[in-house]
Amino acid sequence: MYDGWKIILGLVVFVIIVTLPFTMSVGKTYVQPKPSLDTPEIQKMEKKQCIESKQYMRESHIKLLYSWKDYATREGKRVYIASDGKQYEVSLQKTCMKCHSNKEKFCDECHNYVSVKPYCWDCHIEPKVGGLK
Amino acid sequence: MGIGLAFIIVLGLILFAYIGTELLGLNSLFAVVFPYVALIVFIVGFINRVVKWGKSPVPFRIPTTAGQQFSLPWIKYSKIDNPATGWGVALRMFFEIALFRSLFRNTKAEIMNGKLYVGSNKWLWIGALAFHYSFLIILIRHLRFFMAQTPWCISVVDSVDSFWQIGLPMVYMTDIIIAAALLYLLGRRIFNPQVKYISLPSDYFPLFLIIGIIATGVMMRYFARVDITAIKELTLGLAYLKPTVPEGVGSLFYIHLFLVSVLFAYFPFSKLMHMGGVFLSPTRNLANNNRMERHVNPWDYPVKHRHYEEYEDEFREKMKKAGIPVEKE
Repeated sequence: MYDGWKIILGLVVFVIIVTLPFTMSVGKTYVQPKPSLDTPEIQKMEKKQCIESKQYMRESHIKLLYSWKDYATREGKRVYIASDGKQYEVSLQKTCMKCHSNKEKFCDECHNYVSVKPYCWDCHIEPKVGGLK
Repeated sequence: MGIGLAFIIVLGLILFAYIGTELLGLNSLFAVVFPYVALIVFIVGFINRVVKWGKSPVPFRIPTTAGQQFSLPWIKYSKIDNPATGWGVALRMFFEIALFRSLFRNTKAEIMNGKLYVGSNKWLWIGALAFHYSFLIILIRHLRFFMAQTPWCISVVDSVDSFWQIGLPMVYMTDIIIAAALLYLLGRRIFNPQVKYISLPSDYFPLFLIIGIIATGVMMRYFARVDITAIKELTLGLAYLKPTVPEGVGSLFYIHLFLVSVLFAYFPFSKLMHMGGVFLSPTRNLANNNRMERHVNPWDYPVKHRHYEEYEDEFREKMKKAGIPVEKE
């Protein structure tokens, strides 16, 4: 091989870069996120059900919140009619955070896991640690 | 020409992944087996291909360069475009790999009013640059799915990419740029007659494949939405070599993953190998020092030669008889 050592060095670098996703995790354990539903408000509920189905909330809560922002601040619409017909007040503070008062054990659990940083708390008042305002 | 074939193949791949996961429920095949196989094919195939290229002899320097070569000290020479030193070559390679200098020199010839005009044409260069860098950033961004704790350098790329804070989830600049660049690169193969004429299925196929990957990715992030926590469980499982197939991951994600697997497996056998090949371009990575160093052709075999004196010694008598003049009597 001409300039063999240079080519082999290049290939070594290539293999190191390509296998980074595997090698960077070696020896590190990870904890699966377990968002906690253990808040006083949820404990009081007979049927533990969010405003939409669990799968829908897992996938699309960001879409829902984004549309709520437009409903409340642009259209002045303060009532959300869920797919099962129930009515909820369009408010992060009074509806979502009323039950899910444990931000760092509920929201942050998954958000940190997948490394997303929603900017909810740039405008909204961030709930204090320990829950319950 | 081959555009229909390439399109149908990509469509078939999408359909294959859809049927495999949605109807037949072969989720573990698409979540575990195909990605691993694709990665192994990619790495082994890539190394094979580069080693094969590396074995070809490169006996001489090829000075097909766009600059004055080094000759006499008082003649100004082009240090980067026609380097005589290793450092010059390193710089030329850097410009080639990081900034696509060869494409920058792209020209376009056109006949206007019966006259031939040649002008610089930077669109291909801009399109290629936009596409490649967007793809690189997207690749780096995706590392957040393969590490339990996302390192700050990847988070920074992420937040810079979504700097405009448009919509929720925030729009990534690179998603828009890569879509535009891909459509341009595809469009020039469709609408430019000269480029269309030389385009083959192997040109269209990677384009459609990557368009499919980008389209499914964009759909998952901005429109259809998927359960990203479950997806990270799957991808982390792959990275930790403890594959899991979580519930609640739809076929849209599997189509995305399958197209990526196909891209990786197809890579070493295709034109996409220019990723490794650019480092081995003989006209770029060799210093033009033909006038300073002797490059011996390695396949020269020792030629049997004979001096005239020996020849004359053998045939002197016969030459004299035939009346041919000889040097020694």
